[in-house]
Amino acid sequence: MTSKKSQKSLVELRINGETIEVAFAPHKTLLEVLREDLALTGTKHGCELGECGTCAVLVDGLPVLSCLVLGLEAEGREVTTIEGMATAAGLHPLQDAFADLGAAQCGYCSPAFLLVAKELLEVNPSPNRDEIREALSGNLCRCTGYIKIYEAVELAAARMRGEAVEPATESIYGFEV
Amino acid sequence: MNTIGKPISRVDGKLKVTGSARYSAEFDMPGLCYAVLVQSTIPAGRIAGMDDSLARKAAGVLAVLTPENAQRLPGAEKRLSLLQDNQVYYNGQPVAVVVAEKLEEAHHAASLIKIRYSVSAPKLDFVAGFPSSHPGNHNGEPGDMSWGDVDGALKDSDIKIDQVYTTPIHHHNPMEPHAAIAQWNGDELTVHESAQDISGHRAKLAKLFGVQESNVRLICLFVGGGFGCKGPLWSHVPLAAMAARQVNRPVKIVLERPQMFGPVGARPRTHQRLTVGATREGKLTAIRHEVHAHTSVIEDYLESSAFPTRVMYGCPNVSTIHRIVDLNLGTPTYTRAPGVATGTYALEVAMDELAYKLNMDPLQLRLLNYTENDPQTKLPFTGKHLRDCYTRAAERFGWSNRTREPRSMRDGSQLIGWGVATETYPANRRPASALVRFKPDGRVLVATGTHEIGNGIYTIMIQTAADALNVSPDLIDAQLGDTALPPAPITAGSMTVASVTPAIQTAAERVRTRLLQMAVADSGSPVHDASVDEVDFKDGLIFRKLSPNRSEKLGDFIARNGGQPIEGIAHVEPDETLKQKFASHSFGAVFAEVSVDPDLGPTRVRRVTAVYDVGKVLNEKTARSQFIGGIVWGIGLALHEDSHMDARTGRIVNENLADYHVPVNADIGEIDVSAIDIADTHLNPLGARGIGEIGITGTAAAVANAIYHATGKRIRDLPITPQKLIA
Repeated sequence: MTSKKSQKSLVELRINGETIEVAFAPHKTLLEVLREDLALTGTKHGCELGECGTCAVLVDGLPVLSCLVLGLEAEGREVTTIEGMATAAGLHPLQDAFADLGAAQCGYCSPAFLLVAKELLEVNPSPNRDEIREALSGNLCRCTGYIKIYEAVELAAARMRGEAVEPATESIYGFEV
Repeated sequence: MNTIGKPISRVDGKLKVTGSARYSAEFDMPGLCYAVLVQSTIPAGRIAGMDDSLARKAAGVLAVLTPENAQRLPGAEKRLSLLQDNQVYYNGQPVAVVVAEKLEEAHHAASLIKIRYSVSAPKLDFVAGFPSSHPGNHNGEPGDMSWGDVDGALKDSDIKIDQVYTTPIHHHNPMEPHAAIAQWNGDELTVHESAQDISGHRAKLAKLFGVQESNVRLICLFVGGGFGCKGPLWSHVPLAAMAARQVNRPVKIVLERPQMFGPVGARPRTHQRLTVGATREGKLTAIRHEVHAHTSVIEDYLESSAFPTRVMYGCPNVSTIHRIVDLNLGTPTYTRAPGVATGTYALEVAMDELAYKLNMDPLQLRLLNYTENDPQTKLPFTGKHLRDCYTRAAERFGWSNRTREPRSMRDGSQLIGWGVATETYPANRRPASALVRFKPDGRVLVATGTHEIGNGIYTIMIQTAADALNVSPDLIDAQLGDTALPPAPITAGSMTVASVTPAIQTAAERVRTRLLQMAVADSGSPVHDASVDEVDFKDGLIFRKLSPNRSEKLGDFIARNGGQPIEGIAHVEPDETLKQKFASHSFGAVFAEVSVDPDLGPTRVRRVTAVYDVGKVLNEKTARSQFIGGIVWGIGLALHEDSHMDARTGRIVNENLADYHVPVNADIGEIDVSAIDIADTHLNPLGARGIGEIGITGTAAAVANAIYHATGKRIRDLPITPQKLIA
């Protein structure tokens, strides 16, 4: 047991505003620490090669692929996962918009898209569609065709700017309802 | 209630945007340990020796399963690689499993296993396999079907097109990799699996392990995408169960991304020769659609690419032929719109070629050969409004502004092209069961063993129950993805809604009747002594129709009557005689605009307009999602997706998401989808035909035709990459 314990590092992590002490093998990625050691399974595992963006979290407010970062590297930094995106006041406007507009379809890529979009809107509260595309270019989605994701980011951005906006009302039958 | 057809937001949206939706790998349990697959590195031969001594001694290792020691499973299908013998049929085949306390320990130990192979000459040359190819069938439908005299008609045709179109191997690559957690409790097996067919997988696992089906439980609350690859049971699931039995602990297995390129299905490669004859006026006189597609050497799977040719146009002489080529590759399987996606690509490009040869507008050619009846059986369609789709989509797209000549439209230095194609997908329905339960807390539960794969079925279930019971959707909860619930069919073939909603409606009707019968018999009820016809249930209240104020809350009624839930269960079979009376297909029209850089070759799909005839649309939001998602798959088929096989080793060389190109957001322009909302009640009471797959059909052809219009180059081998365009 002692030899096993000595292989682990005891690390203090700041996750979603909470300080957590966690012991894990030093070679573990942040993704594995989040999913396996902390049961924060909202961060998804997609390719473990940094290709799909599905595991993105925010570290000190910036998007990071958690499969390419060691858990140890997160020591002393502020990690935000999808579990920390809503506040006591409720869902983040991006979460509301994603849920409303069907930007979350199978839902597996959604947590990463949401966190990357959150960072975008903090830096640029009024992104145009090209800026949204660029910010989200590291994230793959196989269900939505991306369009509903753009629409959700645009809707959330407008609401966060305090504009009274509603989702587009054009129905699927090709006319205004 | 009238929620059907409304753009209700997904009821599972909040779970998905907060990270609370639990996918199959995300269940923890005491003693959970990890399994890792060891895969073959040769395409054909046998294992001559395996040295696992180092792996067994490695830290944390609990077991190493090999063909030497694995549990014998009499009757295991050859298609599954369950370590029952030493044979190797494809590169990437599971040949051993390592189980360890920690995932990384299992990985490390797996790397220590040394395998010696005796290599045989593999069959990897697709075209060389044509002479020894063989016929097959798809879901029981024969691969070969002809009518009329094709040879004679082709001889007499004024105009002829004779071309070969090819499509490459595709791997589904849902964002969520395959995952399973298996746990034994005596002879009872529980499996959390990312699956599209929990009932089917339960039956297969029970048979494999020689236990009663009732001893096996499959659970899958959310599927992180599947597109067909999670339909069949693949080797890693029984292997996890074998490992769990051996170590007597729950075992988790999650495939790595490269493992998604081999042992869990693929869309097979196709080679399609289309010979089309027509009169000078453009009337089709003959079509021969001859398909070669590959399968593995261990199981037949037929990519039924010529099936859409049997239904698309009125033509008196048609021959559809399929031949299967056995290769030393993993067994292919259903991939979004199996057969139809690849087949409509070839047929609809051939139609475009014919239109150019006739000097005719490609949309006109399609209208000229429009068929009101199924051309093969002459049966009427349960509903077909394709003409409206063409007209409306052409109008929305602005098709009348197109100039016909290739290279005739430009935007600055970019060549612009517009293309059109027809879309189709068969409408199917299978038996399904459901339960609807009035709960003591006054809420309603609707449940069936179907799968939420992004299709929005949680939401559709609630809408169906809400309308059937006259209860607000807010009062209803949905449960699915568990074989402990009444069974539902595989989530595939665009048939979930058509199959499941009739069972929910019937179960709702039963529980409603039961409640009203109990209420009128209950001396404490305000509706006591009325006849069932005189009372009603709406929005959680039981009341007399003539004096609605004399009502009682559902929860109060149940509390007074013993506090037990009231339940209705229904099993509903489709009308099997329908097929003798009607053909049932969805149709659509899709238009695409591309720009092509004439110097560098890249194609951009600037906009796509599609209009669908899919019967009743049950939820505008989830429907729009499905249509757009399908179109994007069509763009991937046209321009990006291509699994490259190493010709010597049979290994897919681009087995990752950096080199296997799925459409990324920069690939997608504007997409405008709409639907013609005419219910098709022949198939099911709600009149819905299913929408998950039709979007990918036709789209690749519309893009390919637009590229021809832009460049004058007819690329007949997908994907249409920049290098092919500047070659």
